[in-house]
Amino acid sequence: MAAVSHDNRGLRLAARYAALILVAIIFIFPLLFMAMSSLKPDQQLLNDTNSLRAFLPVGDISFQNYWDAFDRAPIGVFVLNSVLITGATVLLTLFVCSLAAFSFVFLDWKGKEVIFSILLATLIIPYETIFIPLLLMASQLPWIGTEGLEIGWLNTYRVQIIPFIADGLSIFLFVQYFRDLPRELIEASRVEGASWWMIYRKVVMPLSGPVIATAAILKFLFMYNQYLWPLMVVQEEAIRPVMVGLGYFTDQLNVPWGEVMAYLTVITVPVLAFYLSLQRVFIASVASTGVKG
Amino acid sequence: MASKLTQSNKAGWLMAFPGIALIAAFIIVPFFLAFAFSLTNQRLASPNPTEYVGFDNYRDLLGLAIFTLEPERGENGQVLRDDEGAIEYPRLRTFTRNNPDYPQLDGKREWFSWQSGENRTVVLASDVVFMRAVVNTFFFVIFVAPVQAGIALGLALLINQKLRGINVFRTIYFMPVVVSIVVVSLLWKFIYSPGDGLLNNILGWLSFGLFEPRDWLGSTSTALPSIIAMSIWQGVGFHMVIWLAGLQTISPTLYEAAEIEGSNKWQTFRYVTWPGLRNTAVLILIVITMQAFALYAQINVMTRGGPLDSTQVFVFQAVVRGYERQDISGGSAISVILFLIVLAISLIQRYLTREKN
Repeated sequence: MAAVSHDNRGLRLAARYAALILVAIIFIFPLLFMAMSSLKPDQQLLNDTNSLRAFLPVGDISFQNYWDAFDRAPIGVFVLNSVLITGATVLLTLFVCSLAAFSFVFLDWKGKEVIFSILLATLIIPYETIFIPLLLMASQLPWIGTEGLEIGWLNTYRVQIIPFIADGLSIFLFVQYFRDLPRELIEASRVEGASWWMIYRKVVMPLSGPVIATAAILKFLFMYNQYLWPLMVVQEEAIRPVMVGLGYFTDQLNVPWGEVMAYLTVITVPVLAFYLSLQRVFIASVASTGVKG
Repeated sequence: MASKLTQSNKAGWLMAFPGIALIAAFIIVPFFLAFAFSLTNQRLASPNPTEYVGFDNYRDLLGLAIFTLEPERGENGQVLRDDEGAIEYPRLRTFTRNNPDYPQLDGKREWFSWQSGENRTVVLASDVVFMRAVVNTFFFVIFVAPVQAGIALGLALLINQKLRGINVFRTIYFMPVVVSIVVVSLLWKFIYSPGDGLLNNILGWLSFGLFEPRDWLGSTSTALPSIIAMSIWQGVGFHMVIWLAGLQTISPTLYEAAEIEGSNKWQTFRYVTWPGLRNTAVLILIVITMQAFALYAQINVMTRGGPLDSTQVFVFQAVVRGYERQDISGGSAISVILFLIVLAISLIQRYLTREKN
């Protein structure tokens, strides 16, 4: 009897793992195919879709596609632009949004409640519904640059950064976190004569690691993966981010698939590595956006 | 709440100002501009001054008319038929092009029609392509969102087991969520290749050669489902995680009680798990629906709305008008319609998840 039930349990366990692995294969195979294909010449890449070879690094393996892709398009420039735009926005978001949240939670000032409820209301405005009027605004906004007053933000870095610095969700995440911090701590520092700026810098922010990570990861994913906005506002090659740069490969009559796979791998692997090294934080962060309702 | 310690108008304003100003300038202002532009003929760049046009943009998008065509009749009143026996009707164009007797049909095109006796009833729309986008989006919301939510729930239950190494699987299932949708779309465009494409080949092996290769993105019947399947592949890990968060709020004592009562797996799910997931279920459906409304990159990379407008969606239409045709007002009108739908859905969500006293 005991042996049978033991067998049963073993069998059931095996079935559970089989189900888990089967599903895992569905999620992995396209990405594995992408990475393997990037190492193969076009002709072999196409022939290999006939067999399991599609998922194996076999045959005429080389990094030739990578060199060719870098020759076809200034990929280094695109990557640099993406890093610059994403990095600048993430840093500015962390600063501006945490500062505003600090003010909302710890200070009392006239009009706070009204403004905070307006801020919460903006959470239901999807970016997709404001991009079109924002496009017209961007084409006519003034800017004071090195050559004095200029009109128009199109084809600049600033048009890819400044509109995305502050958003309701980032402020809201900080507010939620700050509300759970012990108020006595802040009031004690205040009694000791610390300025609000000092309390923000020396007391609150050092305690806010988790929410900083969450806000940073969300903004990073949003900015690095931006596609529609840069497509509309950037026509100059020198300031294009990576996702828009894909057009160099897909607008060809005969799409060079090996190079495409190489480019996709180049822009995806760093993000995946980042995710895998911090997967717990990533998953918790993305899950927190679902709760914003 | 307000005490001397925390009262500070100046510092409070100063610290909140950058965030508030940026949100006002780049979210709230364009939001109201969308409403304003949608009532004008604003273009991205135009030598002519912008004019107020009332609801013309909305009429151009949403205008509908029903019209009944009567058969052509011969001299003695008999119905005329063509060589194949089909009834002959007057050409629709004679009514929709500058016909002063039918001003309500002017400029409209046939959307769909049906036969009723000898007559043919035609539904005309000002913008047939936009109507396709509306239908596609609602098809998505009504049929696909529940299926997608169900798959995600299945995965969450699978991942919610106490097994060694379960975190590895959770990490894998979530992986596509962090990959750019543009990358995913391009990758799947290749996987969906017609003929000797990877998916056709895989389905061929799995069915021992019985499967007939398809042109997944090239045929009107499979293009939208293919894009949906890919979107599920990319996004289901995200929805799984939300379900998981919901599952973990259910008290373990309830499961213990169910076990003591001797309930089987299905009963436990039906009477313990599911009631505890009601709010999560509403939330997931909303999240999926909102994502469906925002659909753009997949369409632009994979099909550009084709074949035969079978994959048209709201945002793609807004971009085609507002950006590609530089018709800011038309694009804004679509944005406003999209926003009003999103707002309605949020209100429904509030209503469904309200606290019951």
